[in-house]
Amino acid sequence: MSLLHLAILLPFIAAVIVPFLFKGFRSIHTGWFVLLVPLALFIYFIQYMPVTSSGQTVSQTFEWIPSLGINFTAYVDGLGLLFALLITGIGSLVVLYSIYYLAKEKEALHNFYVYLLMFMGAMLGVVLSDNMIVLYMFWEFTSISSFLLIGYWYDKERSRYGAQKSMLITVFGGLSMLGGIVLLYIMSGTFSIRELIGMSGELMADPLFLFAMILILLGAFTKSAQFPFHVWLPDAMEAPTPVSAYLHSATMVKAGIYLVARMSPVFAESGLWLWLVAGFGIFTLFWGSFNAVKQTDLKGILAFSTVSQLGLIMSLLGLGAAALHFDTLDENMYMTATIAAVFHLINHATFKGSLFMMAGIVDHETGTRDIRKLGGLVNLMPITFTIAIIGSFSMAGLPPFNGFLSKEMFLTGMISVFELDLFNLNTWGILFPVLAWVASVFTFIYSIMLVFKTFLGKPQFDQLPKKPHEAPIGMLISPLILVTLVVVFGFFPNLLSNTMIKPAVEAILPSLPAAGQEVYVDIYFWHGFKPELFMTLGIILTGTLMYATLAKWQGIYNRIPERFTINGVYDRGLDGSESGSFKLNEFFMTGYMRSYLIYIFAFFVAILLSTLTVSDAFVIDTSNLAEIRIYEVVLAIVLIAGAITILFAKSRLTSIVLLGVVGYSVALFFVFFRAPDLALTQLVIETVSVALFLLCFYHLPEISRKEERMKFKMGNAVISILVGLTVTLIGIASFSNGQIFEFESISQYHIDNVYELAAGGNMVNVILVDFRGFDTLFEICVLGIAALGIYAMVNFRGVRREKR
Amino acid sequence: MKNKPNDLILQTVTTMISFIIILFSIHLFFAGHYTPGGGFIGGLMTSAALVLLLLAYDIKTLNTILPFNFRMMTAAGLLISVLTGAGALLFNQPFLTHAYDYFELPLLGKTSLHTAVLFDIGVYLVVIGVTMTIIQTIGESE
Repeated sequence: MSLLHLAILLPFIAAVIVPFLFKGFRSIHTGWFVLLVPLALFIYFIQYMPVTSSGQTVSQTFEWIPSLGINFTAYVDGLGLLFALLITGIGSLVVLYSIYYLAKEKEALHNFYVYLLMFMGAMLGVVLSDNMIVLYMFWEFTSISSFLLIGYWYDKERSRYGAQKSMLITVFGGLSMLGGIVLLYIMSGTFSIRELIGMSGELMADPLFLFAMILILLGAFTKSAQFPFHVWLPDAMEAPTPVSAYLHSATMVKAGIYLVARMSPVFAESGLWLWLVAGFGIFTLFWGSFNAVKQTDLKGILAFSTVSQLGLIMSLLGLGAAALHFDTLDENMYMTATIAAVFHLINHATFKGSLFMMAGIVDHETGTRDIRKLGGLVNLMPITFTIAIIGSFSMAGLPPFNGFLSKEMFLTGMISVFELDLFNLNTWGILFPVLAWVASVFTFIYSIMLVFKTFLGKPQFDQLPKKPHEAPIGMLISPLILVTLVVVFGFFPNLLSNTMIKPAVEAILPSLPAAGQEVYVDIYFWHGFKPELFMTLGIILTGTLMYATLAKWQGIYNRIPERFTINGVYDRGLDGSESGSFKLNEFFMTGYMRSYLIYIFAFFVAILLSTLTVSDAFVIDTSNLAEIRIYEVVLAIVLIAGAITILFAKSRLTSIVLLGVVGYSVALFFVFFRAPDLALTQLVIETVSVALFLLCFYHLPEISRKEERMKFKMGNAVISILVGLTVTLIGIASFSNGQIFEFESISQYHIDNVYELAAGGNMVNVILVDFRGFDTLFEICVLGIAALGIYAMVNFRGVRREKR
Repeated sequence: MKNKPNDLILQTVTTMISFIIILFSIHLFFAGHYTPGGGFIGGLMTSAALVLLLLAYDIKTLNTILPFNFRMMTAAGLLISVLTGAGALLFNQPFLTHAYDYFELPLLGKTSLHTAVLFDIGVYLVVIGVTMTIIQTIGESE
């Protein structure tokens, strides 16, 4: 257990202590204690920066279940470190923000911070694990803690709905991913991602490769809210705002991005990977931004905006995979896409975090998040307005903020798509820049909407639940730090390029830089007069125009009926599966014994008859049959006649007597087949049981004593005939098979030794008490239990009723 | 039983017959190791004799003639059978190993004694106990 492992597990350890701190120090906001954890971890992870930027990696193994190849291998490379810094850095800011956001008197803070720390540890585990099973374990931890955080205000119905929805969707994805991991293990025999990357060439040829890829992608897409699994994210906005800022903008939703980036070297050689990742990404980008415009809730807009930005990063990662198809590093334009993805990942975390915190402040200080009620806050909340405008403009991709740079690089990447002569991209690829451009226009519109509708326009303060005023300074610190980063990264992007982006890109595309070569990352403002510049100008112009005429065309959103939205499909699917399984259960769990007997007998017949036919076991061998004697025939006729008459008897009394006839005939058969002990027992037992039947008959209630013939049911008749037939066929077949494969009977031993060993003459009795006395011992136990059962049923019946 | 019929013939015959039946059942029981019979059928026959008494008289009379707790009899039978089996363990033999030998007994002469008979006594008692418990319970219940 190294220091690195302890760092990953530190949040879990802290989570154990938090409730005690909460109970012990009621006067201090618990968040202050919690704040130390991410801060310490952030400082700790900063120390790895020189290591990874010089191209080295750190790997520590802690043996967990070595016999199964499952070891907790912590592995720090550029990509892992980038995410670890995001998690701990934004984690610190979010904890700080939450101290001012959540009141210590009203909220169950111990729950909140325990969940948050659990989540933080789980995320660190996801991004720093090399072993896929450990990664999966932490992955599910993030799902569970996210579920708990979304349902934090569990007395609200919407919270519970959102939590359940996110749980169902992300766990579905998580389980698919586990399937993918298992398939990869079957193919390669290892759970280590680094070893998998080394084998990617061999894996390509494996028939399971495709399934593994799709299953892993399902995990990534559900977690990262890609179309059509994005539906959980807007509903997760019922969580407290610090949670939305942390989980649903900066960290958890990027776990899917991380997974795609991490597995790129394994899968990227396949063309399908490029199409799936880039295709779903670009469509999610469009769909998210298109839907964000119709939202009226600040956090709703931000949720759809997150969906769309995640789609953007995803599409860039997909496209970046194309880089692996070219061997030369020089003029490899697709690597730009990967660089853009990493860069935008950082940018998105900064501006989206600050925007969520801004939304939280507005909510906290005005009491509403509805942009139809808000307006004119600019004079009252100038600092919040500044935060909002920087964040939104960066999101819209306007200069001089960092969003502009990554947006430019994104457009560069998308334009280069259809120059690619791989996988039909040169024809259908034209969709990529078109969708990207349209989505960017919508992004522009909602970003502007977010600021202008909230802070500008007519003030309508009388409609607000609270009197608005500027937020306390403590609440503003975190978003201010984030927007400062937005500006700093905007002006000096190369601060990041060698320290963070280069090692991350090298981790995503490990095979690309040939020996001695290095990935060269240089981000600059001025591209010259290139197409992407004109595209940006076009975005701004069109966006402004469309924003101005928003009221005229917003009606199109209402054209899509609720039934056909993905939410509608999800809701109906859930209802349908519930009512469907209920109906299915209703259908076959009838509560009638006779239906269950029909199932049992039908399966009995179906399985036995099909086995008999499939294994071709039915044979008839009459060579060793005994001669049929006349009294056996007569007795058989009596027996059959008795049995059949039972079926048609009108009175129950007749049936009982006929049952006696059958029983005594069987006793006679025992006589004929020379089994005197059996005959004696059968006679006495039959007498006793007929007497008991008569007793039952005598005590039947008057009402149900109506004498009528058994009703004829075709199904019952068919099944009973089939059961009889099956058993007969099996009897014949086993007898005949016994003739064909001759087995020596064990009874010769008994015949030989009945006197020698057991000093007896009656072989049946000697077997019962001596050779196999153990059976007899338990048969008398059965008798004893039956007697006690009857005694208890009869005598304690009244006692139980009295107690009630 | 509103007006009790006079069952003189039945009761007189029962008094004689039941002894014969019991004797027959004891015969079945002891002969079981060599000829058809044994603990099970012997027990059933004995209880048939008791049932005959039950029919001719009534439950109270039977209880005064034979003041047995038949549930205890079942338990005793099970205990005898288990102990017979466990006895073999004392002689370092597997459970339920039987032993036998021939003895010169006064009056009886050369006789074979077999632990299987002890086991069968257990079976015999259980069968009587069970049958009588069932019949008594059902007969007594209203």
